[in-house]
Amino acid sequence: MAKFYTADIPVSPRIEKLRDALFQKMPEIEADRAVILTESYKETEGLPMISRRAKAFRALMEKLPVTIRDNELIVGSSAKKARGCQMFPEFSCEWVEDELETVSTRSADPFYLADDTKATLKEVFKYWKGKTTSDLATSYMKPETLDAIKHNIFTPGNYFYNGVGHVTVNYGEVLEIGFGGIIKKAKAELEKVDLRDANASQKRIFLEAIIETFEAGITYAKRYSELASSMAQKCTDPQRREELLTIAKNCARVPENGAESFYEACQSFWFVQLLIQTESNGHSISPGRFDVYMYPYFKKDLDKGIITRESAQELVDCVWVKLNDLNKCRDAASAEGFAGYSMFQNLVVGGQDKNGEDTTNDMSFMCINASMNTKLPQPSLSMRVWNKTPHELLIKAARLTRTGCGLPAYYNDEVIIPALISRGLTLEDARQYNIIGCVEPQKSGKTDGWHDAAFFNMCRPLELVFSNGVDEGKQISVKTGEVENMKTFDDFYGAYKEQMNYMISLMADADNAIDLAHMQRCPLPFLSGMIEDCIGKGKSVQEGGAVYNFTGPQGFGISNVADGLYAIKQLVFDEGKFTLSELKAALENNFGKDMANNEEVKNITVGLVKALAEKGVNVSKEQIADIYQNVVAKSGGIISDGGGRYQEILKMIEEVPKFGNDIAEVDAFARDVAYTYTKPVEQYKNPRGGIFHAGLYPVSANVPLGAQTGATPDGRYAKTPVADGVSPAAGRDVNGPTASANSVAKLDHFIASNGTLFNMKFHPSALEGTSGLESFVALLRGYFDQKGMHVQFNVVSRETLRDAQLHPENYKNLIVRVAGYSALFTTLSKSLQDDIIERTEQKGI
Amino acid sequence: MNDYLNTKGRIFDVQKFSVHDGPGVRTIIFLKGCFLRCRWCCNPESQRHEIETMTMNGKEKIVGRDVTVAEVMEIIEQDRIYYRRSGGGVTLSGGECLAQPDFAAAILRACHDRGINTAIESTGFASFDKIEKLLENLDLYLMDIKHTDSQKHKEYTTQPNELILENARKIAKSGVGLIIRVPVIPGFNCSKEEIASIANFAKSLETVRELHLLPYHRLGEPKYEGLGREYAMKGVGSIPAEHMDLLKKTVEDTGLKCQIGG
Repeated sequence: MAKFYTADIPVSPRIEKLRDALFQKMPEIEADRAVILTESYKETEGLPMISRRAKAFRALMEKLPVTIRDNELIVGSSAKKARGCQMFPEFSCEWVEDELETVSTRSADPFYLADDTKATLKEVFKYWKGKTTSDLATSYMKPETLDAIKHNIFTPGNYFYNGVGHVTVNYGEVLEIGFGGIIKKAKAELEKVDLRDANASQKRIFLEAIIETFEAGITYAKRYSELASSMAQKCTDPQRREELLTIAKNCARVPENGAESFYEACQSFWFVQLLIQTESNGHSISPGRFDVYMYPYFKKDLDKGIITRESAQELVDCVWVKLNDLNKCRDAASAEGFAGYSMFQNLVVGGQDKNGEDTTNDMSFMCINASMNTKLPQPSLSMRVWNKTPHELLIKAARLTRTGCGLPAYYNDEVIIPALISRGLTLEDARQYNIIGCVEPQKSGKTDGWHDAAFFNMCRPLELVFSNGVDEGKQISVKTGEVENMKTFDDFYGAYKEQMNYMISLMADADNAIDLAHMQRCPLPFLSGMIEDCIGKGKSVQEGGAVYNFTGPQGFGISNVADGLYAIKQLVFDEGKFTLSELKAALENNFGKDMANNEEVKNITVGLVKALAEKGVNVSKEQIADIYQNVVAKSGGIISDGGGRYQEILKMIEEVPKFGNDIAEVDAFARDVAYTYTKPVEQYKNPRGGIFHAGLYPVSANVPLGAQTGATPDGRYAKTPVADGVSPAAGRDVNGPTASANSVAKLDHFIASNGTLFNMKFHPSALEGTSGLESFVALLRGYFDQKGMHVQFNVVSRETLRDAQLHPENYKNLIVRVAGYSALFTTLSKSLQDDIIERTEQKGI
Repeated sequence: MNDYLNTKGRIFDVQKFSVHDGPGVRTIIFLKGCFLRCRWCCNPESQRHEIETMTMNGKEKIVGRDVTVAEVMEIIEQDRIYYRRSGGGVTLSGGECLAQPDFAAAILRACHDRGINTAIESTGFASFDKIEKLLENLDLYLMDIKHTDSQKHKEYTTQPNELILENARKIAKSGVGLIIRVPVIPGFNCSKEEIASIANFAKSLETVRELHLLPYHRLGEPKYEGLGREYAMKGVGSIPAEHMDLLKKTVEDTGLKCQIGG
């Protein structure tokens, strides 16, 4: 009678072994890809770029080392060592050169780098001077744009230094027709190329490049088949020998042909996933609706009796492990922003088909089961929720949430579908959306979403209002007037909007410069073969070949700005408690905090008091304060505490109501503040023929970028983290989870169609027992009823996290939700760990 | 016609997303003032009707504020969506809501007028006509029965229990949902026999099917200090989980459903 198989399917011993093998060593940088690619590039100079890319890809497929690890059932590894990574010098290499010496010791995501690899890479990089996408992008940018980046108003670093990624290909089609089918499609299109068409030659070259890359991909799989055969011959364990022979058979058949069994479909899926990430190092290559496209293979084999639920689960678990075997080395600054070695391979379960019917099936449950079994941060498991989502799927997901791994993240169809339609998707496409990377929705196989296009720190333009556009002595932005002369709140708010508008325009300039550079220097023929309508248009994804093209830069820090502006309105303009000049001084001096903690001043004061005491003078408390002030005054140049006034101002600010407590007036304010980012962004267009649309999420950049942000008028101290996504600022939502969720839902999530991110943290006690799960689901439903777009949960006690900081050796498996993804807690930098600990913890009472 | 919405009363706290005091997700309204002075009370600031000052974490906090039913309803309405999604609603707690019967009755009426499920958490220590006023718009009565021995009851709570037990019988007859809750207090009622006696009484009330055992905790201790009062239970430890399990089994032996915690 039950519609779904909801019971837990236990983990096999093989998975435990595979999992342990992943984490035996620090991940290592390998040089093979960089060397092979560079050799190929040297041989193809003068050819069209798309052909050079195809030939380089073929060289990689023919020469990259092939490795089958112990116990694997699904094979294909980008590096010889588990969790090792290859390098991608065509996108950028200056940072690698600069950081070769520190990459193994840095705080965020260190990689081991052997001396000979280092020497090889140094040699290889010589070729790339001036030839990378990063170099070209820089030359396209306005000087003002480069300045704004340098001053950390926003950072487009992700695609500036790396491939773009952030895509979901048409996995369903590839599994069905195989690489052979794609080659056939390209050949058929090639036949149709009409020389009367002005773009005929460009089209022909592009289609030939597609054919070359898919043929190369088949070659690569065959090398695995041969390796498995030869390993089988030498293998003495009869069971493993059988397994290797099956692997050999699978890799001989797929991905060249359409998959005929569930096992073949898993193997074929993995080759697609791996090869996209061999062609480019763009991350967030998201498997998308795995439950939808894998289910038919599973069902067929299960009905035929070829597989059992247990053997199928083991295969799914093996795919999960492989998703954690891939790795990427980012520059140190980006590593802070994407901390936790994350690849953001987002895989989503649940949702609707093109006709609006629920798609939940047994594979949806098996995906959640796989995350329970493997206890690994990848894939970034997501779940689509809509009015007709089966309750039992939500309960199964809630049980995964309860384990504390931060998975899955929950997404609201009732917001995302209309939001995507408003950006030009058809109803059918919008209904079939999946999630990319952190939180970004799009239609698989048809979209180049350029999600994650830049981090925009909404607090920095607020600082620029106070400084009249000057940062560190340089006029980097427009002059909006001295704050002393602003007579009304609207004057001040108007100035903020002007600063925002200007900086957003520079961000768009940066994004489009980088976009052009990728188009011209790194078109990706392999990827393009699996994105509609590249073959039809005869254009790569990077040249606008996809059906839907977007650029989605993300803003963060809304709640700091909203709380700050609200405090200014109330305390400066409505009540006249202090002036903007006073506030400016308080902010410049970090509310006097540095002063209060300034050791030097303290020591001088203590010294003076002691000296007086020795002379027999009794010093009263008031006198000590006077002496202290004197020292401060005479210290010249060091920060002042304004005679205690700055702390007074801070106290007043702290008393003002804050976003996150279900207070209508404050929340309405926050909604308006979010528009200062989301609305201007909509005006820009990208070189691929698409539009910009905003996201409101920070990945983990709110911590490192917060460290570059001065004190803000919401009472946030300088250099501390900025609020993440649309979440209330840490510790300020004090009225419980429903109030917090109600506030966040009052923002306009529809306009932030590139995704919003709401972090909630629960104490494990809140999800205890059946009633805990039910209440949790009710909270989620309630938030979504009010049109919240996304929410994710950390379910781990503060005490546990503190203990894990002190004793990381005991918490190697502790996964936490960082931003739009989960990561192993102990791999995160101390500052990011602190940020997660500080998030407001909600309890069921 | 809506005059009852202007009824004023005194509350000292509101707790949203409560999942342990009645079904589903609930908003708890804590009314100030109580007839009993239970030694273990974890909300000593709830006992007096007067507005008072409590020092917590070095900060002075005013405990108690006067609000109209309309104001309370505004707070309650904020989480309506979660009640609907979870089968939850509103629970009046305290203090003792029977100490402000008109105010409590008006809140319950306003909830029912708006289709919101209602519960009260109450000792039942009041004349039955006051209770009747509440029953009119009540879905669930979470009733404390602390002891079957009146003498001991009086010793630990300052009041005898006859009225409470009599009211329990009447409430059971009224047809309103009734769950018996027992705070399990070391040295007072935590023996197997004492709990069995309460369970047997509960079982004798024909409409009662469920009994909750609420183990003693000390979370209220700092509040006594904050109010400048003596904590009568100083040094008393919590009840071991195994013993709670034993008591649970004792209750279940009578045929009642039993859970530990709300």
